[in-house]
Amino acid sequence: MTITTTGSEPVSTNTTERDLGLTEFDTLAALESEAIHIFREVAGEFERPVILFSGGKDSTVLLHLALKAFWPAPLPFALLHVDTGHNLDEVLEFRDKVVEKYGLRLHVASVEEYLADGRLTERPDGIRNPLQTVPLLDAITEHRFDAVFGGGRRDEERSRAKERIFSLRNAFGQWDPKRQRPELWNLYNGKHAPGEHVRVFPLSNWTELDIWRYIAREDIDLASIYYAHERPVYQRDGMWMTPGVWGGPTENEVLETRSVRYRTVGDGSTTGAIISDAADNEAILAEVAASRLTERGATRGDDRVSEAAMEDRKREGYF
Amino acid sequence: MSDLLRLATAGSVDDGKSTLVGRLLYDTKSVLADQIDAVTRASVDKGLSTPDLSLLVDGLRAEREQGITIDVAYRYFATPKRSFVLADTPGHVQYTRNTVSGASTAQLVILLVDARKGVIEQTRRHAAVLALLGVPKLVLAVNKIDLVDNPAEVFAAISAEFNALTSKLGWADEDVLEIPVSALHGDNIASRSDNTPYYDGPSLIEHLESVPVDADSTGTHALGLRFPVQYVIRPRTAEYPDYRGYAGQIAAGSVSPGDEIVVLPSGKRTTVERIDTPDGELAVAQVGRSVTLILADEVDISRGDIIASVADAPEAIDTFDATVCWLGDKSLRPGARLLLKHGAKTTQAIVGALVERFDEQTLTAEPSPETLELNDIGRVSLRLAEPIPADDYRTNRHTGSFLLIDPAGGNTLAAGLVGDVLTSVEVGTAV
Repeated sequence: MTITTTGSEPVSTNTTERDLGLTEFDTLAALESEAIHIFREVAGEFERPVILFSGGKDSTVLLHLALKAFWPAPLPFALLHVDTGHNLDEVLEFRDKVVEKYGLRLHVASVEEYLADGRLTERPDGIRNPLQTVPLLDAITEHRFDAVFGGGRRDEERSRAKERIFSLRNAFGQWDPKRQRPELWNLYNGKHAPGEHVRVFPLSNWTELDIWRYIAREDIDLASIYYAHERPVYQRDGMWMTPGVWGGPTENEVLETRSVRYRTVGDGSTTGAIISDAADNEAILAEVAASRLTERGATRGDDRVSEAAMEDRKREGYF
Repeated sequence: MSDLLRLATAGSVDDGKSTLVGRLLYDTKSVLADQIDAVTRASVDKGLSTPDLSLLVDGLRAEREQGITIDVAYRYFATPKRSFVLADTPGHVQYTRNTVSGASTAQLVILLVDARKGVIEQTRRHAAVLALLGVPKLVLAVNKIDLVDNPAEVFAAISAEFNALTSKLGWADEDVLEIPVSALHGDNIASRSDNTPYYDGPSLIEHLESVPVDADSTGTHALGLRFPVQYVIRPRTAEYPDYRGYAGQIAAGSVSPGDEIVVLPSGKRTTVERIDTPDGELAVAQVGRSVTLILADEVDISRGDIIASVADAPEAIDTFDATVCWLGDKSLRPGARLLLKHGAKTTQAIVGALVERFDEQTLTAEPSPETLELNDIGRVSLRLAEPIPADDYRTNRHTGSFLLIDPAGGNTLAAGLVGDVLTSVEVGTAV
């Protein structure tokens, strides 16, 4: 996409059609309007919202929609990145490029710092996704964020399917699925007590395929790891892993260079790539449409752990 | 025809709703291999011989443990003809508030009954709630039809009873369809079944793919523009020092540059100069679209105001009777001080008299109840600190609906419908 920092040019590829108002109000247009509506409700009702930004495709789409919601005004929110320290270089580069391009404010909550000073302890398996919860909640408290946008989608996982668009969290950041507020029409209730906050999920009704169709239609820049590229990888539990600070191949695992791409951005110790030649949006769309595995099941080791892995983490305050 | 259909399911405990939803996902190939593997593994662990498709949807630990659905789950599936957003709502009476949530945005609801039990109390309750919420289309899925001895007679009897109920509640015949199904075996779900020769209608998925719904399908009748202002966009940047745009999502009608509009509740008039989006200006914007309006004159407008067409602008009201579905755990009593959210406006409200309580079994009204309890539906008098420009709920779901909110705890206490919605589904007054 080409929305500029100051929002100087109204922008997109299909301006002529849109000038006439003739573009069909199709599924993607409806989902876009719904997400923009949600961003504006939050801007109208909360004091200090923030967007969780991982550099992944969902948070990149989230940011794109937020910029559109307030154009031509600058984004009225900051970004928050919960950094596991287990990143692929390309993702951090992409994050910083985006922040600079749109003149955004970025807060980083670093798991590494928590490990360094002993507030957190490395898990035996070395996986850091579950460790993000404490730095996230501390950052929310420290900056007094009252609304936290996340890119979660209900199609990702069964416990996410029960998530509201406005999801109240208590002072401990916890989610109680039995005490969720009813959500009616498009009237969102953002009331919360001091110390509580609301997680907001504007992409709730999008599917993975919608995300990719929208990325293609809006020509949104993504981190390069989403597109097929040559990379030295090794196989573990059926996933293709990149060596890094989290450790490399063991004796029984072989490093080989393959054409791969990532379907999600996550902790490098547990997020794998898939073998793929899909180097552009069109090829990826075809691949996603034909895929027989969900993005989490295929490439997220931490979600395979138990039937209720995500629900347990959400209850603790994870996204 | 719209390529997105929002639907919900409702039914009572054990009539196989989660299995039906699992079947819809499975038969539209919306379930991927790893999810099926997980369900198969879990089914084997439980000692079941066939995969339990309900495990595809019952996501929470307590739900799987108890074998029931507690909360609304949203599911997504698609066929080459349409995309579907499905709200799967729980059947237990204490979770009826979730049915209200799920149905509030639905263009169609699939109501399930067990063929062996037929239309039961919970079916009547759900049908009444769906009628109030103005759900345009209904499907009655008569499930477990394979388990009755004389399916043709059973299906005919249940259909007749259900039709009598829905026409009393105000649905036209063409808006209601009964289908005999077996969610477990897939009869009449994706394709027409050979096991139901007495039924010659479409399969469930065929019907969902082809049922006509309004483009917006939020119950919008031919109203002029309704545009609740959510946010005033004022960049105050070097490039846009004086830009002032009113951001919102069109709740009814459409808008074009040059249209005469009135700002409510102030009543000030001006014209639309431009419709802005980041993708360029629009010559016309329809209901459902999020846009930014630039007006010809500087008028005082803030979040919560509604921009409406001059021709049929709604009246701003501060004292009125409304229908409420009470969703709070504490009971509602006359004199309660609450917050009311309508569009982008939140204002204080005082509840006057409780006019009546609706009995959804007999479709009658009990006048002047002392309280309204959780899941009760009733009519109450409201007085507001500031007027709201509201339409009758039956003409527009967006500008005719509101929430009542607990000012102390912040919880949502009621779903509110403007206008005399209740009378239209009542057949009489209880004595």
